[in-house]
This record gives sequence, C-alpha cells and structure tokens, in this order.
Amino acid sequence: MFKKEMIAMILAGGQGSRLGIFTKKLAKPAVPFGGKYRIIDFVLSNCSNSGIDTVGILTQYRPLALNNHIGIGSPWDLDRNAGGVTTLAPYMNETEGSWYRGTAHAIYQNIHFVDQYDPEYVLILSGDHIYKMDYNKMLQYHKEKNSKATIAVLEVSMEETKRFGIMNTNPDDSIYEFEEKPENPKSNLASMGVYIFNWKELKKYLVDGEKDKSSDDFGKDIIPKMLNDDMDIYAYRFSGYWKDVGTVESLWEANMDLINPENPLNLHDNLWRIYSVNPIMPPQYIGKDAIIDYSLLVEGCIIYGNIKNSVLFYGVNVAKNSKVVDSVIMSNVIIEEDVYIEKAIIGEGAVIKKGCRIFDESGEITLIDIGAVIENTYQKKKPDEDNLSKDIQKEGVANA
Amino acid sequence: MLKNVQGIVNLSENEYNIKRLSDVRPIASIPIAGRYRIIDFVLSNMVNAGIQNVGIYTDYNYRSLIDHTGNGKAWDLDRKNDGLFVFSPSFNPSATNVPRGDLHHIYASIDFLKNSKQEYVLVSCSYMIGNIDYKKVYAQHKKDKADITIVYKNTDKADVNFEKCYTLNMGKTGKILSAGINMGHKKDATISMEMYMMKKELLIDIILDSIGKGKHCYLNDAINDCINNLVVMGYEHEGYVKCINSIGAYYDANMDFLDTSIAKEIFYSERKIFTKIKDESPTFYSHTAKVDNSLVANGCIIKGTVRNSILFRRVNVEEGAVIENSIIMQNGNIMSNSSLHNVILDKSVTITANKDLRGDMKAPFIVDKNKVI
Repeated sequence: MFKKEMIAMILAGGQGSRLGIFTKKLAKPAVPFGGKYRIIDFVLSNCSNSGIDTVGILTQYRPLALNNHIGIGSPWDLDRNAGGVTTLAPYMNETEGSWYRGTAHAIYQNIHFVDQYDPEYVLILSGDHIYKMDYNKMLQYHKEKNSKATIAVLEVSMEETKRFGIMNTNPDDSIYEFEEKPENPKSNLASMGVYIFNWKELKKYLVDGEKDKSSDDFGKDIIPKMLNDDMDIYAYRFSGYWKDVGTVESLWEANMDLINPENPLNLHDNLWRIYSVNPIMPPQYIGKDAIIDYSLLVEGCIIYGNIKNSVLFYGVNVAKNSKVVDSVIMSNVIIEEDVYIEKAIIGEGAVIKKGCRIFDESGEITLIDIGAVIENTYQKKKPDEDNLSKDIQKEGVANA
Repeated sequence: MLKNVQGIVNLSENEYNIKRLSDVRPIASIPIAGRYRIIDFVLSNMVNAGIQNVGIYTDYNYRSLIDHTGNGKAWDLDRKNDGLFVFSPSFNPSATNVPRGDLHHIYASIDFLKNSKQEYVLVSCSYMIGNIDYKKVYAQHKKDKADITIVYKNTDKADVNFEKCYTLNMGKTGKILSAGINMGHKKDATISMEMYMMKKELLIDIILDSIGKGKHCYLNDAINDCINNLVVMGYEHEGYVKCINSIGAYYDANMDFLDTSIAKEIFYSERKIFTKIKDESPTFYSHTAKVDNSLVANGCIIKGTVRNSILFRRVNVEEGAVIENSIIMQNGNIMSNSSLHNVILDKSVTITANKDLRGDMKAPFIVDKNKVI
C-alpha cells in the first residue's frame, strides 16, 4: 500500500436516538439536512477539500442508508486508486467478535486498516457534525507545536459548557485538563470531537488500554491518560459555524439557520463546496400563483403553493392553496391541495393528503415519519379555516 | 437491453441559424432547460436503452463538449469495456481538393466501428431533443426485417419548426419512398429525426461506398440515398421532439419545458435525462423574490422578480430586477433594478444596475458569453 502522511477515520456508528423517528431506520450521519445533503457530507467534503484522500468510515448502527449514500465515494472524489473511502463495520475474528464499545475501541478494532497506509498522523472525526474546516491547517498547527495530540476546540457560551467536553488550557493553548460536561467550568473551550494524533503514540495507548478494556473512548479515556502521562496536547481554536444536530430541535434549527444567506456556513461558496449524491432531477418548477418567501429549494421541486421560511429537499410537490411555514420537507414529499403545515419536519416520501393541518399549538416541532401517508388532520389544534384561506388570498393579492 | 448495439453521435449539424450560441461551442454543448446540454438527451436515450459503447464524432470547436462529457461518468459510460469515445474531426491537408464532410471524419476513425463487438449501430444527431425509447426502435427494426430504420416525427407545424430538416415520403406499409428537405412552405410533414438503426457492416459499406464514389460528403445524404436500393423503414416517435437548429427553436424549446406535461414526459419518465453534476447549493428565495411559471436550477440567489423564464445554475437576481420570458445561463448576474424581457444571456453575463434589455418572442435579444453590460 502507498504510505500516507495522514488518513481520516470518521466515527459514524452513532444512533442519535434523540432524533426520534428519523434515526429509527438510519444512522445519524445519514440524516438528510439542508435541502440536498446528508449530515456526513460535511466531514467528507471537508476531507476532500483539505486534500485527504484516504478515509475510513466506522459504521455500526443501521448502516444501510449510510452505505448506499457513501458507495465508492465518487461524490467526494474519494474513489481513488490508492486509499479512497472504506467503510469499516465491526467484525468477527477466529476467537471472538464484538461491537465497537466506544470511539477509541472502534479505532482499536481497525488498527490493521490504519497500518496499511503507515501514516504519521491520524485524524479522528465525527460523522454527525455540521461545519466547514480545513484539516490541513490543523495539521500544520499540530506540526508547528510539535504536539502529540491536537484537539479542535470551539468557544461556547458559559451556559453551554455543561453540554460539552471542556478543555482547560495554558496561555500557549497546551491542554492541562479535560473535563466532561463540567458543572463549574474553568474554560469555555469545547471539544469538537476532531483530533489529530501521532499514530505511533495513539496505537500504543489503544493496544495497552485494550488489555484491561480501559481505553474505549477518546474523551473519557485516551485524552485523560495522555494528560496523565504529561504528553504535549494542544488545543486548535476553530471559529465559525459548528453544530451537533443531536436533537430534533437542533436539526430543525440548523435547517432554519441555513436559509439566511448571511449564515456563516455559506454553502454558496464555490471554493469549499459541500458534495453529495445528486439524484437525477430537472430544475425546480415554480408554478403560476406560487409564492416563495425566504426559503431554500432544490432541483425536482414542483411548487404551486405558498412556501415561507422553509427548506425543501429534492422532488417535493406542493399543490395549490397549500401553505408551508417554518418547516423542513424532505425528499419526494407530496403535499396535496389545501394543506397547512407549520413548524414541522416531514420525512422522506411522506404524502400529506388534501386538507390536512399539520400544526402544534404549543409550538413544538411536529414530526411526520418517513413514507407516512397522512389522511386526516394531524395537528393538535385546528387553525381557523376561514382565516387560513383568507390569509392565502390576501398574500396572493399582495404578491400579484 | 441493447447490448448488441453501438451508438454513434454525429455532430455535423447545421449551425447556420444558431450561430450566436454555437460560436463558442458546437450545438451539442449549448446549455438548455436550466441544467442540461443539448447532447444530454441523445446520450441519455442511448444509455437508457442499454447501449454501452458510444462514439461522438465531433465537427469542430469541441472544447466545451469534452469539458461536459469528461470520461462519460454522468451517463455511466466510464466503462472498462466499451464506454464513451470522442473523436476529433480529421483534416487531412493532402486531400484539400476533395469537398469534405462528416463522412471523412467518420472514415478517419472507422476503426471504432470496425473493431467494436456490437452487430448493430444506432446513428443519431444531437440537436433533435426528446425522450425516445430506442429499445422499441430496435424491436421494430427486427420485426420489419429492415436494412435501415429511420426515426421520424409527424408534425403539423413544419412551417415554423424543423426548418431545413430532412422530410420523408412514407409509403403505406411504413416503407420510406423518398427523402427531401423541409422548405417550410407546408404545415404537415414527416420529418426525419436523423436517427438510423442498421447493421454495423451496412454502415461501414455506405461510408466506404460514398467516399469511394465521391458522391456524398454527408452521412445523412449517403443514408437517404439508400432508400431506392434497400429496405428502409420508418419508426414513428409520437412524443415530444424539437430540432434545436435555430435561435427561435432554442428559445421555444426552453419555454416548452415550462409546460408541465412536456416537462413530465421528458424529465420525470423512468428514462431519466442525465447530465454533469455541479454540486451547487440549494437556491435561495428572499422575502422580495417573486417567481412565477419558471424553471430554476440549484445555486441561484433570487431577490427580484422572475416570470416565464429559465434560470440556470448559480444565477444571481438582485432586488428590484425583473426577468420576463428570458433564458439566463449559468453564472448570470442581474443587478438591482435592471429589467430583461425576451432575452437570452449566455454563460457568465453580468447586467449592471438599472439596465433595460428587450427582445421579442420571435427575435430574442442575445448577449454573448462573459459580457458585462
């Protein structure tokens, strides 16, 4: 095999159970996002754009959709002669087999995969975060500092610190302490789950730790052990958009964030494109009398209704006199006539029949399952019918 | 699936009336319908019928075509066996006295035909766009025991469409009796779609014969000349077809796709139309966007008004700008308070603020590639 300076290992086995029905059938990194992407597209595109051509993807939970999506990696230019993308699922050996017990254990199980490329450095990534980052710059920093391990960190507000692993640093950004979800934080530098390790050192820790099963996790086990041994570990400060869409609320929020053209993620930037699998669909058709207000739409949509502050995926059909507000509508959803949808996430391929009202009075996000057929009014409170049609008429006139 | 058929796309096409758009590229790579190029239709039709060995015989100026096709990946033609081949035109300076046409180009790369494993060949132009099932053409060709099957379209608009295309005189049994040219003086006509199914050996014969006798320069003429001697049958294509051989036809074809029944037939059929992927972001519509009866590709930012128009990828429409009955190709930038009516903007055109450009439906105003107005 060809020697590589650095290879990436993406942890993509997470279940993401707080995403409810959307992760019942697929792993969290495969959850659709932003009109045409799946969450894992962001790290894969970051790798590709950073010039990393060898990527291992560690899968475990419901990998079918994820494997289908990744294929041989062509959308990210990762179909390479030497390296490219490899999905790594847990496996059996002669004597035993086991699931990945944790993030570090998953890498331990695949030491032979990494060794094939004899890399100097290994980049550990999480497949369920949304951000754009040049890993090559981080590697330069790692080398400059002569660091043994470098952890990308993000400044978060003090209130948020209890949701993250927090790095306590010296003035030169070397890390002296790691605290998981601290009650009384000393710093606000949160770990982004992005690590660069010197492979030789990391491998030693993984092999030693396996003897007493004490090195299952990077955050909980490996990093504290390294700090204990007085190794040089540095924090790499990242500024920019970063989001862990762990919950339904954050998934909805992240989609809404994206609508704003000034958002710091800036998907429109053609120097750092986010690549994905492209279905074969014609341009979106905006029919007569359709109203599209502050929304994101992609190819294959056919719209006759009224779309406001929403994100629509490929091939969504919205019939006339229907209104979609503050919602995320995933691929190939059919919305028939006279439908009203507010603050909802509609799963792939769902059909919303004529006259349905999808709406939650308490302001909660309504979720519609993948492929569901909604025949009857679904909401917890029925908005005033007259007002609704008047509302649509009024706006229709105003926009004519 | 037609594994026993190889495809030939012949790009020697009459560009006289579409020069403004084909000056920088062949007709085959003129952008159309928001995200496609003309050649996508024939390539997709071939691939959808299972043809896996496709040769494109270019005429000239084919840089943008190669840029578009690459190794054929978008059409699944990046094959180990067979796949996509692009042939340059041959200009042999030692034979300048001989009038030259596409027959000589094809002859120069005739090994592609001679060495292929397939028994049959489907020859097609690129500028007749539609969604055609070549499997049916092949089935009828076999059933008819024809030497050559020509795909045709019956039209009642020959006075405005298919200008200077070949017409066919059909016998009662589907046999073709003679061929001519559509001079546009009659409404009804049977138009040859310049798509021919035949045995490969026959095509090689026709090419060598024509060059040997010095009788023809163009493949279409050479094939039409066989009507008297061989069993030449017709296959009627009943669906949509448009010949993109003039600015008017190009404009009309784009506007046709605003008709959802045509768009459904062409783009939402099981036989998909493939094209090169660009990975653009979703299109953004602002609070001020007003879009009505339009096709919009990915990567656009729309803050102005767009009516009855086609927007290609990454078009930027600023606030107060109005676009009506127009075609805006990739990377178009229409700045605030400018208005465009019946206009075709080629790729990467910028219209600065407060401009007013007007054409007519019959004679759209065209702005050349990379211009700033």
